[in-house]
Amino acid sequence: MELKRTVKFEADRDPEFARWVSHTVGGERIRHCLQCGLCSGKCPLSLYMDYTPRRLMHLSREGFKEEVLGSSSIWLCTACYACMVNCPKNINVTHLLYALKQRAIEEKRYPRRFAIPVMARQFSDMVRGSGRITESWLVVRVFLRTSFWRLLGMSRLGAKLFLSGRMPLKREKIHRQPEMEKLLDSVAATRKELAL
Amino acid sequence: MRYAYYPGCSLRGTGRSYEESLLAVFRALDVEIDEIDDWNCCGATTYMSVDELTSYALASRNMALAERGHSEIIAPCAACYLVLNKTQHYIREYPSIKIVVTRALETIGLEYHDRIRVRHPLDVLLNDVKPENIAAKVKVPLNGLKFAPYYGCQIVRPYSTFDDQRDPTSMERLLEACGAKAVHYPLKTLCCGGSQKGTLPEVGLDLVHYLLKEAQKNGAEVVATVCPLCQFNLESFQKEAGERHDETSLPVLYFTQLMALALGAPAHTIGLQRGFVPIEPLLTTKEIAYA
Repeated sequence: MELKRTVKFEADRDPEFARWVSHTVGGERIRHCLQCGLCSGKCPLSLYMDYTPRRLMHLSREGFKEEVLGSSSIWLCTACYACMVNCPKNINVTHLLYALKQRAIEEKRYPRRFAIPVMARQFSDMVRGSGRITESWLVVRVFLRTSFWRLLGMSRLGAKLFLSGRMPLKREKIHRQPEMEKLLDSVAATRKELAL
Repeated sequence: MRYAYYPGCSLRGTGRSYEESLLAVFRALDVEIDEIDDWNCCGATTYMSVDELTSYALASRNMALAERGHSEIIAPCAACYLVLNKTQHYIREYPSIKIVVTRALETIGLEYHDRIRVRHPLDVLLNDVKPENIAAKVKVPLNGLKFAPYYGCQIVRPYSTFDDQRDPTSMERLLEACGAKAVHYPLKTLCCGGSQKGTLPEVGLDLVHYLLKEAQKNGAEVVATVCPLCQFNLESFQKEAGERHDETSLPVLYFTQLMALALGAPAHTIGLQRGFVPIEPLLTTKEIAYA
């Protein structure tokens, strides 16, 4: 029989992470959280989560970094803002979830070939290169890098969309594409300069 | 007044019938628009989650372009509408974000003055055009066609000011002016799962099923949507969700398709033929003599 401690000790905390959480965009008011649970109750996906939004709020403000960044919740969040508009303390729960997702991507804490970060990457590459998204090519690029079999499984839907004229293959592009590169490079430079 | 129009990427792809029908509605009601010159992707939910700072810069390029000559911008796509609004709020609230955006726009010779108001077609049709004027122009009344008003998440939350965040009613008021009848639909602002169907399929299918099942249970003959992703999910995965749970068969249309129909636009010009669950038999049963 393998015995495991089920209660967290204060020593398991990462105070730096707790500090980061309360200073990041969205996390400013996290100390006001009452743990009322409205966020979890309103969340359409909390029933699939290992840590519901309420628990995630508590774990992150106390600095339980491993639990938070390893949680399925940050990937399940669809950003529907139900938690945020219902929070009695006006905590930006959704924005904080975004911040946690970004941090998890930065620290590469996700399974191999996991679709969400791949999608994010392909999306931003396409914006840089064309200025607009062509949905058909985005989907193909994501599935090629995650699950080729699912791409085949999706081919019937793809064909139906194509035949109904809803999946044009022509790539959408803006005329002044160099402006995209300038814009994105400038953001990167300012971010570095101001250490944002 | 002429509005700046920001279609967004989806309306040129899977959401094509949204744009076709929206433009038909605007034409019928004399809403004058100018498409923003050389608009770019707003960054959507996907970009927001990897690199928020960049997404503010992307969104503000569109607003800066629209500000040249317009004071209001119409964004029909839910994600675009949210991102533009969020960008405005964050530029006001966080000085660091304002610096990033201002510098980025400078490099491409643009300036953002925070003088543009972001509006949704629901808002414009309800508050500028007004339901009574729409009712006066209806050519093909919708004969009590029962619809489930499905708003999804990002139109009414978190920034919209034109409707209630928990129980919005603007779509009901617009479509009832066209002769349709709303059914009770308490799930109207529940999330459809967004892009989860692509990334975590099982979860997406469950949500699609709850939404359709509830609409059917409450007597809806059609689901009316306002978001390209909601419409896509509910329609394209209806069969798959039915195989996993139990079957539903509901046409899923954009609210603008129903409005355009009532205002006399020919069916093939507003993308009715693009639907996967055909609507024509229903229109015949309801004796709606569409063009």
